[in-house]
Amino acid sequence: MHPAPSLIAFTTLSGAGFGLLFFLGLGIPGVTGWTAFAFFAIAYALAGGGLLSSTLHLGHPERASLAFTQWRTSWLSREAWAAVATLVVMGIYGAGLVFFEARIVPLGWIGAAGALGTVFTTSMIYAQMRTVPRWHTALTPALFLAFALVGGALLAGEARLASFLMLGLAGLQIAWLITGDRRFGEGGTDMGTATGLGGAVRAFEPPHTGPNYLLREMVFVVGRRHAGRLRVIAVLLMALLPASVLLLPLGHAGAGVAVLSHLAGAAVSRWLFFAEAEHVVGLYYGAR
Amino acid sequence: MTHRQPPLDLSPPVSDEVRKTTCYMCACRCGIDVHMKEGRVAYIEGNRDHPVNRGVLCAKGSAGIMQHNAPSRLRAPLRRVGPRGSGEFEEITWEEALETAAGWMKPLRETAPEKLAFFTGRDQSQSLTSFWAQQFGTPNYAAHGGFCSVNMAAAGIYTMGGAFWEFGQPDWAHTKLFMIFGVAEDHDSNPIKMGIGEIKARGARVIGVNPIRTGYNAVADDWVGITPGTDGLFILALVHELLRAGRIDLDYLARWTNAPVLVNGDAASPEHGLFLRDDEGRPLVIDRRTGKPAAFDAPGVRPDLAGTWRKAGVTHRTVMHLIAERYLDPAHAPEAVAGRCGVPAERIRAIAAELARVAFEESFEVAQEWTDFRGETHETVTARPVSFHAMRGISAHSNGFQTARALHLLQILLGTVERPGGFRFKPPYPKPPEAHPRPHARCAPEAPLAGPHLGFPLGPEDLCLDEAGDPARIDKAFTWENPLSAHGMMHMVISNAHAGDPYRIDTLFLYMANMAWNSSMNTRGVVEMLTDTDEAGDYVIPRIIYSDAYASEMVAYADLVLPDTTYLERHDCISLLDRPISEADAAADAIRWPVVTPDRDVCGFQSVLLDLGARLGLPGFVTDDGAPKYADYADYIVNHERRPGVGPLAGWRTGKHGPSHGRGAPNAAQLENYIANGGFFLAEVPEGARYMKPWNRAYQDWAVSMGFYDAPQPYLFQLYAEPLRRFQLAAEGHGERQPPEHLRERIKATLDPLPAWYPPFSDGHADPEEYPVHALTQRPMAMYHSWGSQNAWLRQIHGVNPLYMHPDLMRRHGLEEGDWARLASPHGEITVPVAAMAALNPNTVWTWNAIGKRKGAWALDREAPEATRGFLLNHLIHELLPERGDGLRWSNSDPVTGQAAWFDLRVRIEKSKPPEEALPVFDALASPVPAPPAELKWKI
Amino acid sequence: MTELPARTERKLGLVIDLDTCVGCHACVVACKGWNTQAYGAPLSDQDPYGADPSGTFLNRVHSYEITPADGAPQLVHFPKSCLHCEEAPCVTVCPTGASYKRSEDGIVLVNEDACIGCGLCAWACPYGAREMDQAEGVMKKCTLCVDRIYNENLAPEDREPACVRTCPAGARHFGDLGDPESDVSKLVAERGGIDLMPEQGTKPVNKYLPPRPRDRLEAAPPAALEPVADAPGGFLGWLDRALDRLPGGQD
Repeated sequence: MHPAPSLIAFTTLSGAGFGLLFFLGLGIPGVTGWTAFAFFAIAYALAGGGLLSSTLHLGHPERASLAFTQWRTSWLSREAWAAVATLVVMGIYGAGLVFFEARIVPLGWIGAAGALGTVFTTSMIYAQMRTVPRWHTALTPALFLAFALVGGALLAGEARLASFLMLGLAGLQIAWLITGDRRFGEGGTDMGTATGLGGAVRAFEPPHTGPNYLLREMVFVVGRRHAGRLRVIAVLLMALLPASVLLLPLGHAGAGVAVLSHLAGAAVSRWLFFAEAEHVVGLYYGAR
Repeated sequence: MTHRQPPLDLSPPVSDEVRKTTCYMCACRCGIDVHMKEGRVAYIEGNRDHPVNRGVLCAKGSAGIMQHNAPSRLRAPLRRVGPRGSGEFEEITWEEALETAAGWMKPLRETAPEKLAFFTGRDQSQSLTSFWAQQFGTPNYAAHGGFCSVNMAAAGIYTMGGAFWEFGQPDWAHTKLFMIFGVAEDHDSNPIKMGIGEIKARGARVIGVNPIRTGYNAVADDWVGITPGTDGLFILALVHELLRAGRIDLDYLARWTNAPVLVNGDAASPEHGLFLRDDEGRPLVIDRRTGKPAAFDAPGVRPDLAGTWRKAGVTHRTVMHLIAERYLDPAHAPEAVAGRCGVPAERIRAIAAELARVAFEESFEVAQEWTDFRGETHETVTARPVSFHAMRGISAHSNGFQTARALHLLQILLGTVERPGGFRFKPPYPKPPEAHPRPHARCAPEAPLAGPHLGFPLGPEDLCLDEAGDPARIDKAFTWENPLSAHGMMHMVISNAHAGDPYRIDTLFLYMANMAWNSSMNTRGVVEMLTDTDEAGDYVIPRIIYSDAYASEMVAYADLVLPDTTYLERHDCISLLDRPISEADAAADAIRWPVVTPDRDVCGFQSVLLDLGARLGLPGFVTDDGAPKYADYADYIVNHERRPGVGPLAGWRTGKHGPSHGRGAPNAAQLENYIANGGFFLAEVPEGARYMKPWNRAYQDWAVSMGFYDAPQPYLFQLYAEPLRRFQLAAEGHGERQPPEHLRERIKATLDPLPAWYPPFSDGHADPEEYPVHALTQRPMAMYHSWGSQNAWLRQIHGVNPLYMHPDLMRRHGLEEGDWARLASPHGEITVPVAAMAALNPNTVWTWNAIGKRKGAWALDREAPEATRGFLLNHLIHELLPERGDGLRWSNSDPVTGQAAWFDLRVRIEKSKPPEEALPVFDALASPVPAPPAELKWKI
Repeated sequence: MTELPARTERKLGLVIDLDTCVGCHACVVACKGWNTQAYGAPLSDQDPYGADPSGTFLNRVHSYEITPADGAPQLVHFPKSCLHCEEAPCVTVCPTGASYKRSEDGIVLVNEDACIGCGLCAWACPYGAREMDQAEGVMKKCTLCVDRIYNENLAPEDREPACVRTCPAGARHFGDLGDPESDVSKLVAERGGIDLMPEQGTKPVNKYLPPRPRDRLEAAPPAALEPVADAPGGFLGWLDRALDRLPGGQD
């Protein structure tokens, strides 16, 4: 799949933003007043900014409100509801903290659940895609949630928790990558089933010698060695490096480095999430 | 459930109006429905009523709208201002353009008409263009058949009075086995696809013989991946097998072919090898009833295939004897040819057996009472449900004429021609060579030629030679080098004109022929000839006038450009006098008419030609008082009469008692009648006249009534072609007109009156060891010549053309998919991208034809893939064969017809580092048209 | 809308005969032409005369090479457009309801006025049947010519998809695959029509007829030709006898 920068930015940033909202909803850290305002501002900037950036890849962003209509079947529609509901609930909750120094605990819990729910709906947009076997696994929502929790914990200043979660995230990421390498084959879709022409079939001439939308959007080829290097970099940056930094007594500077490192690693991971994901339509073009 | 749907208009208006005309996206000439919205072309689909395509339409036809709107369309007449080839022009008025052209031509006509050479490419108005050239008086006229398929056309005419495509078709309704040779998308494309679809739907077998398994060969049930140039050898092995098993149609051969005709067996006679004839010149057969010689067409005669006649100590034998002797020879056995053909002997035997099985065991009778030319009436016609079709793959070889003859021999031995399930002629064919004109080339100042330029010579007396025996035509057609060049030799015009051999010309006048690119072999050489100057700095070819609708590569080499219209803006007639669109059961012709008016200063070339003819005062183009005879081409189509009562269009003429078809006086409302009928006219062949046409009295009478010819002319199929033997006799020293010494042996060997196979000439010139691989091109189904690349929709389908190679061949050269290879022939070298293809003769490489473009042409971006990765094989092919040390340069063409032998190409392959662009790279041309749009959203 | 109808009254679709398709691209361009001036936005082309031309097409013809272990390699032309699946994943992922499957005939359509151009439906489709128009920013797909097949402004015989009407080889068939008695259903039954990617669970309505076995002439050859004579002399003797046996001969 084409690693669209808008989608990478959206999923990475909004994941961290909703992760932070999750912790804020649980009262971690237990901030109020202007400190709370700062935390909420960061969370809303990330979550809302991510959502806004996701509209950049729409053909008709002015019709985006229609995306609320199909929550019965569409994970994207559910995500829209979940995100807006969470932001509204957490807005009220945050206003209480900032302006009234009042923590409406049940509202925080609802908001926290909503934040994770939002990340879950986002992840399900990908995980539901049977056409992209690498995504089509319960590990995908687990991975997205883990990213959100790690990002949230880092931003919430929960260094120890974050370090602990990062180890889990690293494990999940590695498991996702390794099992993902097998999943296309396990899915049972191959050129034989795609064409009905049996096993000894090879794509000859493409339908058009020119490029097309399908190839640009869904058939992205990344070199195996290049991907391997990026995988190592991703795991180092997203988990191992920030976890190590957090163990050092570096205070805010260390936390800042850890956050940046994690987000950079998350972005690399997300790039790989798209770039390495093969869509079954590639079979029709012999691209596998 | 909550499923909901938005409202939807299921009956939106389709268009304001449908205008029915004829397609010109290739040479197929299908009927099209042009849907108009707000006076503009909105959508094009096939015309369901049209005989050619019955509603279907190919990719090219459906993309016509993009051709019509192409940014490459020229806008106004152009006069060259930069050097030739620069592409620098100024736009001028039509009056200036026509005065300039007439000013160049008039002195030529007054002094030396042959100094005008007028050649047309994908022209569908040859009836007019040839008439114009004839009236001008130059011998130098032809269309593009010489590098297209003259081998096929001439072999068909000389053997049975017609060939494939426009001449005849398989009897799709009845055929049970369809065998194709060398057929890609060349011609007749929709009818062949429709036919294949029809017969496959009922489970009939298709056998494809082609080195490349694409298109029709891909859907063939059985594929014979033959070695290029060996089809004739393969066919004659099938003939060997059929003869050996006696699986031939003896009754058919005895009655309808010259198999029983007696051949002069007197080796000392100047008529040795010619037919024995009676006093009235009728060929003799032995009448099986009497055992005595009799005229072949005597009433009740029963020609004896096995007959012999001993007279004056000499035994004269029948053609059948010669056939048996020739093809039963073990040299023609499957085992003897299998290696060279690349086809296992068992396979050849199995195919022969299948042909025989279907022809004779799946035969049936079709009720059609008919009377033959000998007066015998038959209740039925016997089906021989085996049909064949062949095209360029066998004809573009230096042995193509004889290969096509061999195929006709096979068809006829099986008794399939004009039989149900076999091959059927389309009116006005069949027409034997005798019913066609002879070529005319004798010219004089201010006088028309005595007859048409092109025709079918019957012997050396019909060659176009001057008193000194030198070629009369600039292309050297109808000379000893290629006596039966019935379509002329357009591919030789530029090199001969440049060399001044046989003489210099002044003005080269071309229409729709991209000679500076894909329509020439040796493209760079041709470009150099077009721009070469003499010591005085003048161009060696002094003047070039070119007409084209688009900014093709050739435009850049013209001094004067006459911009043509698109096919939707013009009148045309698809005439029975020219290249017909008939079906086996009906004669048909058609028109084009301007469904839209041009939005620029362009004019249909035929109207331009009529104007020029009037300015030059050509007979037939001016009235008695010297005024222009025709206002435009539409006027000509309606009012021109070639013979009294016979004009360009056969439908809705004026008879004695109202409208008449075929013959009749001009009818002022004729075009309106055509338009009202969907743009075409169709006259069904009467019931009893539908099969056995050459011998069927009812057909012959109908053909006369339609004006195809003026008296019935039944004839025999010529398995043994006497005209060829007449050239051999000359080569043996008989007769007054004698060939030059160096050609004697070649004429004896190649103008064989019985179909023969010899290796392609290039094999004897290019060392097969050094150049071991065959290289071919095919035309893709969605692209026609160079026209396709300016079409925004089609060029997305075929924007580049890799060189396809067998995986084994790639391995041997260390090549992988996406690598580049250098291809070298004795003549040149190209460096191109390669791709793998297993369904291919292992020793053959190929690519799609005419995808490669020159930078700056066709209004394409200079970085267009056609110009950076697309390529032509033309750079590797020369019009002459490489030198072989005999002091002569032999022509790279068929020795019978002069057809360019571009499928004889052999190459050497080596891996190359990827260059930045496919090599060779040519300088960019300046474009005579504005830059194209960056986006298309064509909704009206 | 993005809920699929519980059932559709008919299952209109195409049957594509891979045995007969010669790969001419006629259907591709007829589709482009019709849909450029019909349903919704025109099918646009970017850089149409440039270095990288790329446009929206709703139907494309692939080609595949088969290399059987025994026998000659084969080439198969393979037209592909929307299969109008019964379990269309492209419909259920749509967040706006723009994508829907018609309950009357099962045709899957995009209501372009409601499409936000998110591209999810194209991701969800395993067949590559949906293409985002780059000029319009909405998803385009095969409509089965819903604006032709019921169109009273067209002659009844023209009320079929443009690709079917134009196919020169007759390799495309249109009809109700929900009706076992329809011509298309019978054709599928007779020729063993198949689903593409059945494991994706989409239940496509369009069916593909596989190519018939190729190159079987030698495997099941006709009876071998028996020689009547091996030399020209013997042949002429046979010829004489054979001529006698012809009607009107001496016997």
